[in-house]
Amino acid sequence: MQASDRFNINSQLEHLQAKYVGTGHADVNRFEWAVNIQRDSYASYIGHAPLLAFFAVAENESIGRVRYNFMQRMLLPCGKPPDRDQED
Amino acid sequence: MFLYSLTLQPATGIVCATYGNFTGGKTQEIVVARGKVLDLLRPDDNGKLQTLLSVEVFGAIRSLAQFRLTGSQKDYIVVGSDSGRIVILEYNKEKNLFEKVHQETFGKSGCRRIVPGQYLAVDPKGRAVMIGACEKQKLVYVLNRDNAARLTISSPLEAHKSHTIVYSITGVDCGFDNPIFAAIELDYSEADQDSTGQAANEAQKHLTFYELDLGLNHVVRKWTEPIDNGANMLVTVPGGGDGPSGVLVCAENFVIYKNQNQPDVRAVIPRRQDLPPNRGVLIVSAATHKQKALFFFLLQTEYGDIFKVTLDYDKDDQVTELKIKYFDTIPVTSAMCVLKAGFLFAASEFGNHSLYQFQSIGEDPEVESSSSTLVETEEGYQPVFFQPRKLKNLVQIDDIESLMPIMDMKVANLFEEETPQIFSLCGRGPRSSLRILRPGLAVTEMAVSPLPGVPSAVWTVKKHANDEFDAYIVVSFVNATLVLSIGETVEEVSDSGFLDTTPSLAISLLGDDSLMQVHPSGIRHIRADGRINEWKTPGKKTIVKVGYNRMQVVIALSGGELIYFEMDMSGQLMEIEKRDMTGDVACLDIAPVPEGRQRSRFLAVGSYDSTIRILSLDPDDCMQILSVQAVSSPPESLLLLEVQASTGGEDGADHPASVFLNAGLQNGVLLRTEVDMVTGQLSDTRTRFLGLRAPKLFSALVRGRRAMLCLSSRPWLGYIHQGHFLLTPLSYETLEYAASFSSDQCAEGVVAVAGDALRVFTIERLGETFNQTVVPLRYTPRKFILHPKQNSLIILESDQGAFNTEDREANKKEAVEAADSHENGKADGEDEDMADGEDEEPLPDEQYGYPKAESNKWASCIRVLDPKTSTTTCLLELQENEAAFSLCAVNFHDNKELGTLIAVGTAKDLQFMPKKEASGGFIHIYRFADEGKVLELVHKTPVDGVPTALCQFQGRLLVGVGQVLRIYDLGKRKLLRKCENKNFPNTIIAIHTYGDRIYVGDIQESFHYVKYRRDENQLYTFADDSCPRWLTASLHIDFDTMAGADKFGNIYVMRLPQDVSEEIEDDPTGGKIKWEQGRLNGAPNKVEEIIQFHVGEVVTSLQKASLIPGGGESVLYGTIMGSMGALLPFSSREDVDFFSHLEMHLRQENPPLCGRDHMGFRSAYFPVKDVIDGDLCEQYPMLTSELQKKIADDLDRTPGEILKKLEDIKNRII
Repeated sequence: MQASDRFNINSQLEHLQAKYVGTGHADVNRFEWAVNIQRDSYASYIGHAPLLAFFAVAENESIGRVRYNFMQRMLLPCGKPPDRDQED
Repeated sequence: MFLYSLTLQPATGIVCATYGNFTGGKTQEIVVARGKVLDLLRPDDNGKLQTLLSVEVFGAIRSLAQFRLTGSQKDYIVVGSDSGRIVILEYNKEKNLFEKVHQETFGKSGCRRIVPGQYLAVDPKGRAVMIGACEKQKLVYVLNRDNAARLTISSPLEAHKSHTIVYSITGVDCGFDNPIFAAIELDYSEADQDSTGQAANEAQKHLTFYELDLGLNHVVRKWTEPIDNGANMLVTVPGGGDGPSGVLVCAENFVIYKNQNQPDVRAVIPRRQDLPPNRGVLIVSAATHKQKALFFFLLQTEYGDIFKVTLDYDKDDQVTELKIKYFDTIPVTSAMCVLKAGFLFAASEFGNHSLYQFQSIGEDPEVESSSSTLVETEEGYQPVFFQPRKLKNLVQIDDIESLMPIMDMKVANLFEEETPQIFSLCGRGPRSSLRILRPGLAVTEMAVSPLPGVPSAVWTVKKHANDEFDAYIVVSFVNATLVLSIGETVEEVSDSGFLDTTPSLAISLLGDDSLMQVHPSGIRHIRADGRINEWKTPGKKTIVKVGYNRMQVVIALSGGELIYFEMDMSGQLMEIEKRDMTGDVACLDIAPVPEGRQRSRFLAVGSYDSTIRILSLDPDDCMQILSVQAVSSPPESLLLLEVQASTGGEDGADHPASVFLNAGLQNGVLLRTEVDMVTGQLSDTRTRFLGLRAPKLFSALVRGRRAMLCLSSRPWLGYIHQGHFLLTPLSYETLEYAASFSSDQCAEGVVAVAGDALRVFTIERLGETFNQTVVPLRYTPRKFILHPKQNSLIILESDQGAFNTEDREANKKEAVEAADSHENGKADGEDEDMADGEDEEPLPDEQYGYPKAESNKWASCIRVLDPKTSTTTCLLELQENEAAFSLCAVNFHDNKELGTLIAVGTAKDLQFMPKKEASGGFIHIYRFADEGKVLELVHKTPVDGVPTALCQFQGRLLVGVGQVLRIYDLGKRKLLRKCENKNFPNTIIAIHTYGDRIYVGDIQESFHYVKYRRDENQLYTFADDSCPRWLTASLHIDFDTMAGADKFGNIYVMRLPQDVSEEIEDDPTGGKIKWEQGRLNGAPNKVEEIIQFHVGEVVTSLQKASLIPGGGESVLYGTIMGSMGALLPFSSREDVDFFSHLEMHLRQENPPLCGRDHMGFRSAYFPVKDVIDGDLCEQYPMLTSELQKKIADDLDRTPGEILKKLEDIKNRII
């Protein structure tokens, strides 16, 4: 394999990472991964009306309120991020 | 095993709605999305909402919008779905279908975070549309017209912003300036990096305006400003001469007017007095009403209160004041539409939808809250309170039934009717109900009047062919005929000219204005001027049967002679031809005279030798036999009926109609045979068993078209609905004879005789599969069981965040007292108000909802209900914040004298947030008293978690408590633990048993097969599933097979391989099962998936049942969206091949409307396996005839054969 190819693959990866939110990389940490999963899940719940209704029945809230709560939780779905310096 | 999946009742809940002039006329229509179904609705003149069109799109519709190009008369529909495509639809009135005008792909399919489809916004002038995702991506498409005035769509323009969550988007009305779209955005990039959490706390929502520069053809972020952090929704404010432009930002507790170059105008949303102070008020749906020089907004809160919002603005379009006024309270909606005709369509998020009429628009100048009265204190803005009151501005005029959400469902024949009933628990909170569904159409009885004898037949007749309404009802008895005239009242008359001393065989209008009575000894022809012509039978022969239309009459004499009469030009009835049939004639029929013709061409004759013949009535070959069909049993009744082979137009004009010969046989079977219009040949026979009595066939009118009434042991109606010929039972008693009936009280009714009564009824809600009987419940129903012996229902109900009845009563009393003391303190002049207050009845909870309590408060009850009388015989409200979640009937083997007991699992102080926990759980044991009407508590056993599943097992009780499966036996004071297994992954939510095998359903990890070894008193898990499945419903099918449904809308069936099953059963020592190693972090054996299917809605209940007498069993399911479907196992390989090929061709030729790939949709989570999608196959009759022909040719069949196959398989289910 030539050096240019490797460069090529890397640049393709970077392109994917820029285009698709949540595309992983070698150094992804547990927190980032979890945050992504959570946000994807919430987006999926919001998109599937039957699921939203399912949650609304369980929580005895209106569907509009459940949707809003899920949107709000997308901000910080897994709590505070870990301290960068400590991790290293 | 192969299954045929068919939706019996499409989803009834509504996700989103939009309205406009889609037909291009003056009337407004509503387009609603019911998850995967797109419906077009229109309120008719009587204020009833009619469904014009319903299309299954095989995808999740997430948003709808409507737009109109300037100068055009017709609106287009834009659909945002999970297809990764934007689709623009146009309604074609002539063909009655949605036409896809544009379909542009922009991303991957599926409901993804950054793929647009969640939000749609259109420019109010119809020049551009924005489609957005929850995060990052927003695309703008420019809409325009080409030279031929066709709609064009541009390539997408990006308005992306990374790391940004979008809450809502809308188009800003700025006249003919460049289109602007507004969005509520929240940037999370800093919050993700900051470990102190400070950035997250400070994260600020922004309102951003995106401008589409039509000249440069690109989108710019024009303006962005921080807004209230509770913002959740945007509403467009009219602009461009009609108003000040800008947007209303709905936020938690506030409504804020915002626009560029204008200061914010803010007002608080009034809150109910009884609302806990920590709860906000959120707007969940909005509607705008715009007239010339007047506009206002209706905003509905999450508690159901609607507020009218108006804006005051000056000449420079500077908004000076925002006023909020309480309007009315209706159940919480997912969408509201204000129609120009003065209707409000409210699509409820749960339960029945409604159509309201505006009585007034709340013009009273007093308002609850306004921007000018806003008071800011140190703790924030001061709240404003209001008291809900009865409807003042709205009047409900139609109620559209919705089963959403179906919480549980069981099929049983408790009423001992011909077909079983479906008992379903529906709804939520105060709007909960038990609905008893019966396959068939609902009937509204208009009148029942007793007659002086037992009638044998009934007819209705008009005086003139152009009359709108019938003039007489004629009833025949054994030896007399009774004539009733229809006017203001229905009364007996004797001046009609009909002979009343003889029974009648037929009464009809002849020609334009003369009447005919056929009686056993002759034909009496009554001319309009009163002259009477009588034709007498020759010799001693009598007339036994008669077939007639307006121009032709055929009589059959005893002995088998047929005589054919025709009306001539002068209005005389002339004998034309005779023919001797070899034996007595059993029945006769002539089709109505086709439009523009002299006569109908065919006569159908049924004989007692079990044959049906078609005879020609043409002058050339009059009374010649054209074709013969041998049938299984002597025919009792015949009817020739025209049926459109396909839709195409509301009246199917562009497709040739085919004539079907319907024959009711003495063995209860209905035959439907196609008659060739030219040769009279019979082909393509379809059979259907209708009931135990020979069906008698009558023609009736349904929506202006001829339909067929079949009276067997129950009545059936055969009619055309949206291109399908449907044969549906009516939920009514057995009838003897029927005729269509039309008067000014009832345009399309039926008059029928049964016993000694005359009955008039109408048929409503055409097209629906089930009709319902509703029994209201108190709280959200969770589960129920049928008591095996007493035929009663035991229902569990529980509501989170609600006060129980006692607390509610106490609160009410307190409120009343407080109000009283308050009033007393006031001056005497307020007496009037007080009187008002006392008169007021309590507001119905169904409309206003229960008062909200803290989320860890529960209200719950156990109910015993007698379905026959719809009465509750016992209702136990649980105390001390307990909530019931599971129940089962159990007979303990050691305590047989107690009989059947009811075990109920409850949780105390359950909360889900921040973590699911409860301070304890209990198992209540109840015994029946008072002949099974009342429950009595035997004892209550505390357990260490929430008992979420209960099941009887070998005379003991199996309980699932969290991860633990346990066997209990009955003790004197409490239940006694006998055995347990603690190794289940999460929470056990379902237990089924068969022999000594136990099937345990885990909330997250599908089924586990468990064996109980009595000698060791041990529970071993020997097999489990390799897929994680968030189980929502489960069904035991056979010893090795289980069916389940997961949270994501999949249904699956899994089976233990035969060899493993045998190995487990043939293991006498049990050593193997005991010492075997687990595999893949689970049990040693894995089950195999044999069926896999994506329904697209959360399935909440599964049942095995047969809905037709003598039919095979199918798996029925009910979903949270209120739909019901069935999965029928195929009985032959040939059918499987046929339907899979048909499905394949339809996938190719008829791709789903909203752009989702059909195969992709059915395989959304797991690849579809061995299930054929009947809903797709059912779209075959909707295709154009060329396409039908093409597919049929590819399958080596005729379109007729395919339609017959489709009908046959449907008839095997329902």
